[in-house]
Amino acid sequence: MKILGISCYYHDAAAALLINGEVIAAAQEEWFSREKHDPSFPHQAIAWMLESNGISLEELDGIAFYDKPFLKFERLLETYYQHAPRGWRSFLKAIPIWIKEKIFLKQQLRKELKRLFPLTKECPPLLFTEHHLSHAASAFYPSPFGEAAILTIDGVGEWATATIAHGCGNQIKVLKELHFPDSVGLLYSAFTYFLGFKVNFGEYKLMGLAPYGKRKSEQTQSFIKKIKEALIDLKPDGSLALNRSYFKYATGDRMTDDKKWEHLFGFPRREPESAFEQQHSNLALAIQIVTEEIVLKMAATTALLTGSKRLCLAGGVALNCVANGVLHRQQLFANLWIQPAAGDAGGAIGAALAAHHIFFGQERSDRNRENDAMNGAYLGPEYTSFDIEKVAKKYQAPYQHFSNQSELCEKAAALIAEGACIGWYQGRQEFGPRALGNRSILGDPRNPEMQQKLNLKIKFRESFRPFAPSVLAEDTSEYFDLDRDSPYMLLVAEVKPERQNKLPPEYDQLPMQEKINSTRSDIPAVTHVDFSARVQTVHQDTNPKYYQLIQHFKNLTGCAVLVNTSFNVRGEPVVCSPEDAFHCFIRTNMDYLVLGDYLFSKSQLTPNPKTTAITNHTFTLD
Amino acid sequence: MEFLKDLWNFMMERKKWWLVPIILVVLLIGVLLLFAESSAVGSFIYTLF
Repeated sequence: MKILGISCYYHDAAAALLINGEVIAAAQEEWFSREKHDPSFPHQAIAWMLESNGISLEELDGIAFYDKPFLKFERLLETYYQHAPRGWRSFLKAIPIWIKEKIFLKQQLRKELKRLFPLTKECPPLLFTEHHLSHAASAFYPSPFGEAAILTIDGVGEWATATIAHGCGNQIKVLKELHFPDSVGLLYSAFTYFLGFKVNFGEYKLMGLAPYGKRKSEQTQSFIKKIKEALIDLKPDGSLALNRSYFKYATGDRMTDDKKWEHLFGFPRREPESAFEQQHSNLALAIQIVTEEIVLKMAATTALLTGSKRLCLAGGVALNCVANGVLHRQQLFANLWIQPAAGDAGGAIGAALAAHHIFFGQERSDRNRENDAMNGAYLGPEYTSFDIEKVAKKYQAPYQHFSNQSELCEKAAALIAEGACIGWYQGRQEFGPRALGNRSILGDPRNPEMQQKLNLKIKFRESFRPFAPSVLAEDTSEYFDLDRDSPYMLLVAEVKPERQNKLPPEYDQLPMQEKINSTRSDIPAVTHVDFSARVQTVHQDTNPKYYQLIQHFKNLTGCAVLVNTSFNVRGEPVVCSPEDAFHCFIRTNMDYLVLGDYLFSKSQLTPNPKTTAITNHTFTLD
Repeated sequence: MEFLKDLWNFMMERKKWWLVPIILVVLLIGVLLLFAESSAVGSFIYTLF
């Protein structure tokens, strides 16, 4: 049975291909279109996965879309009706788009598929799953569990903004829902907006900013109190009611009533790209703490309603790895599995899986596996040596070819140990927002200047942003307070106290930049200002080459950790093809590039008109 | 036709009958707004409002 899953038209369009219940391929449209968070129909992603697997459109048993347009339209109409005449401006903007495309989604999808495969005579049946069922399916079916509780939390789907469900065998039963406009995801996004980041895209920046807040300060505590007293009514079961007078997202074109928020918190909305002040970090910390409390309460209710010892998580809020880390440490569940593509892109996988197991009634053949069914999230395209050599020829770039994998890893490890930054491009691309060692930029975590170098000279992004460590799975507990695997970089844990440096007594009072510059541990480049780290455990069975590279680095330096950040610059989607990688290499101050078995050195490149043309390209800031 | 059938099935399932006139009016306005984008029918719409 072959099923294609699609998520698109909102943000992060993606497609996934399922064969007999196994996720064979998954890809985001932005990889191919090179437009970050591209919401458009995933033409190129679908074309790649069907063509590379030799499957025609007619061979598919079904095409599953990740939400239900009529239900969403109902929510839209009811919301406008409730608030009328307020919101008429937004109404006039939204309705033509709905009438033009979204309400006629079935016809629209068929048209797009026909455009993509003009010779197709008959389009396979189109199926629609509810948004949160797609998330729940993406969390439960690929998990290693035959039975588990499921918690999905995001901004909003059709009506649901959070769902508690129970998965058993091939069935998912929804037990409880929180409905729009009450939403944890939208609450977090409102703060993202108020603190000057882009909604839907800047939430992870807010999470990165929070550790600069002063937890014990009067201001942070008063912010927490104000959020709980004025903005939300948090119930013991984790459900919440938002005070609607403070929020504009239901009918307006902005998230918050800026004047009311200014009055409440005592400062105006931070202008995008302006300097950060302590109050911004304190507010980021306050909403992070409240979010963690909500997630914990929801998880406790999930445990109570399902009686399960295992939890599966998905939805945009499940990408909040700090909250995930807290949830793991609370041990409400004996085991936790989080879908690596927990956001809307992962909805493509979920929709396909829901169609396979629920609509077509197919059994799960792999209950209680040791590993999950995500194949390490390495589900994207892979390119050949021929493709790499073509790029080298096009840009007249000299390279060194390694026919022995161990030698290549040894050489790359030595370069990293010498202080170089390396673009590491291998095999199939990782599906989801995290680079997991196939489309990564790597550095030495022991180097105190590495964070600044990567942020300012390579990624061209805000200097406060932290970097994540990749650690050999068996060495995790040597470096971090983490007693389990975290292969998808979705758990935050503290760097081991014995590795932390003693900080000056005035550390808490230091301005942000000085905090960043302080050497906080013996792996400072991956130690955030609060000693936390977003850990990726690297496993030999899912990524042997990356594992071998870190092993060589360990042999050379005694350190089993590398800095791992996604292979892109700010505003750019993660590189997909060897040419994308080469472009990124040229545009930045990266020292070396490893494309498959080929090593390129920046110092050996001679500028020519083609490489000069690359450097002139810029991306819109995200 | 398929759209109307799907819409009917949806209404039967949701049973929010009070939404029917709103949906019809919105669809009508929406279609007019769409037509308004093309200059050929623009003048027709201006006479309506």
